[in-house]
Amino acid sequence: MRTYLLNRLWQSALTLLLASIVVFLGVRALPGDPALAFAGEERDPESLAAIRARFGFDQPLLVQFWKFLTAALSGDLGDSTRTGIPVTSMIGSALPVTIQLSVFALLVAVLVGGATGVLAAVRRGRPAEWFANAVALIGLSVPNFWLGLIAIIYLAVGFGWFPASGFVPFTVDPVANLHHLVLPALVLGSGLAAVVMRQTRSAMLESLGADYIRTARAKGLSPRAVVGSHALRNSLVVVVTIVGLQLGALISGAVVTERIFALPGFGKMTVDAVFQRDYPVIQGVVLVTASAYVLINFLVDLAYSLIDPRIRVTGAAS
Amino acid sequence: MTVPISKTAPKMALSVRDLSVTFRTTDGPVSAVDRVSFEVDAGEVLAVVGESGCGKSVTAMALAGLLPGSATVTGSVRLGERELVGASEQALRKVRGSEVAYVFQEPMTSLNPVFTVGRQIAEVLRVHRGMGKRQAQARAVELLGLVGIPEPARRLREYPHQFSGGMRQRVMIAMALACDPAVLVADEPTTALDVTVQAAVLDLLRDLGKRLGTAIVLITHDLGVVADIADRVLVMYAGRVVETAGTQELFDAPRHHYAIGLMGAVPTAARRSEEGRLREIPGLVPVLAEQPAACTFADRCPAADDKCRTAEPPLLPAARPGSAGTHRAACWHPADEEAR
Repeated sequence: MRTYLLNRLWQSALTLLLASIVVFLGVRALPGDPALAFAGEERDPESLAAIRARFGFDQPLLVQFWKFLTAALSGDLGDSTRTGIPVTSMIGSALPVTIQLSVFALLVAVLVGGATGVLAAVRRGRPAEWFANAVALIGLSVPNFWLGLIAIIYLAVGFGWFPASGFVPFTVDPVANLHHLVLPALVLGSGLAAVVMRQTRSAMLESLGADYIRTARAKGLSPRAVVGSHALRNSLVVVVTIVGLQLGALISGAVVTERIFALPGFGKMTVDAVFQRDYPVIQGVVLVTASAYVLINFLVDLAYSLIDPRIRVTGAAS
Repeated sequence: MTVPISKTAPKMALSVRDLSVTFRTTDGPVSAVDRVSFEVDAGEVLAVVGESGCGKSVTAMALAGLLPGSATVTGSVRLGERELVGASEQALRKVRGSEVAYVFQEPMTSLNPVFTVGRQIAEVLRVHRGMGKRQAQARAVELLGLVGIPEPARRLREYPHQFSGGMRQRVMIAMALACDPAVLVADEPTTALDVTVQAAVLDLLRDLGKRLGTAIVLITHDLGVVADIADRVLVMYAGRVVETAGTQELFDAPRHHYAIGLMGAVPTAARRSEEGRLREIPGLVPVLAEQPAACTFADRCPAADDKCRTAEPPLLPAARPGSAGTHRAACWHPADEEAR
């Protein structure tokens, strides 16, 4: 276990280093000059040169990267070229919004997708399965932004059940906070719910056909124990894997959803930064996202060994 | 006044009468089991023998209503005073695992890989005996010891993949015997095991069956297994019982040509030196949409004539003069002893 953790640690560090190189070069390969974006109307050469000097854009790429890297390691991601606010504090205020949204969307996906997936497997070939499949197909095919707009038009504006946009921090007003997040979480979670439903269904069908299910029935267990305990536990590995893989899609989905519902989250911040060529912000955002990915993958691996005793993390594996 | 039950007369544990099973399939109905009847006494081992597809496993699953919804079961399965065919799912659940228990072929896949064996054994006790966690665990340790697993208290906490094939099958047997069932149905319990392990598991089954007074219905295609532990044998072909006899009687003088064919297909050193190769039964077990009014074995039988193809032979006494008389065969032209 110790070897495994150490292995994981340096692998993660390498992944983050590579990610930071890619994004560092990537933002600089984008057309557009951050100095021009920052200068606004004052486009005389001296001002531009001063701006470049101030942010270090006049130095060689390697030097810039080294500075970025050493600063990042000490927890300083630089200041926004747009607002001058430290990137870390921008992330600090935007990240909780996105995490909250993602966690709620994940809950929606796992609860709705898991339940319909189990239902579809147990009621195979009956109306309940067709219904679940239809819902999954819709969930997969309908784009986030369209669903979001429809939700705003009918549920927010039409019926007035939920606020159409905006955000209230949990610490300020918990009820209003949750109220604002219901629609975004549903919209963001719908696509993932469909994926979870399909995977749960097929994993459950496989489990339900297994010999140990026959044994469980022959032991006189109730259908609830057979399905809910014996079959579901064996299907969880698949579901957890899919959820882990799909968290990436969730983050990109969050970008769109946050824009639609005007949530001051990570996604909105990223899009704004890209349009404004705000290099430090983009770099910081990508670094944090990559860290999140690495962390999630690690948690998924740990979850495997909790679910299935045949999978044990060891130092021997790569 | 109750009549005292004589200790010498064995108690009948299970009585099956005219059990028939038909499956609805997309290609129409398929008859899998046709009017099968038998009894098993407490402590007795009854072997049900036949080729793949003869309906022996379907018969086994039908006993406690474990067949899928596409199956139609008729006839009667009596467990003591209770009728199991047509009983409610709830009533059957109470019977399964507590009064009629099963041991299946593949001990690897028949145990749930994500639960400890202790949990899987304790589960039966908690469901049927209402035991608490601690009590059920304690009993599970006893059971593991009973089936000959060393260090039962430690192994209780292990998972199926940490056991060898033979040990897993012992776990299955411990699980099946947990509630002291009247009937144990063992469906090819040793087929997936090494030969040396097979013998040990068979000995265990027979020994525990006698000691606990459990009636054992042993489903197998292996005549070696039959000879080893069965008291009586039921030979099935294409869903019907074609011959039934005490194990010794059947091996000494099989009357039905299918039973003779089965025995001819068992490899022995003597046969090898005589003929150079095993005798086989030509053809395959037919898949029947409905049971014909004829002998289902006629197409593969060396002694078949027109009568065999137009009239179904009843299961009639076929004992040799002077023997116990439980021997029965469904054949119009039962083989003489010399015919073997």
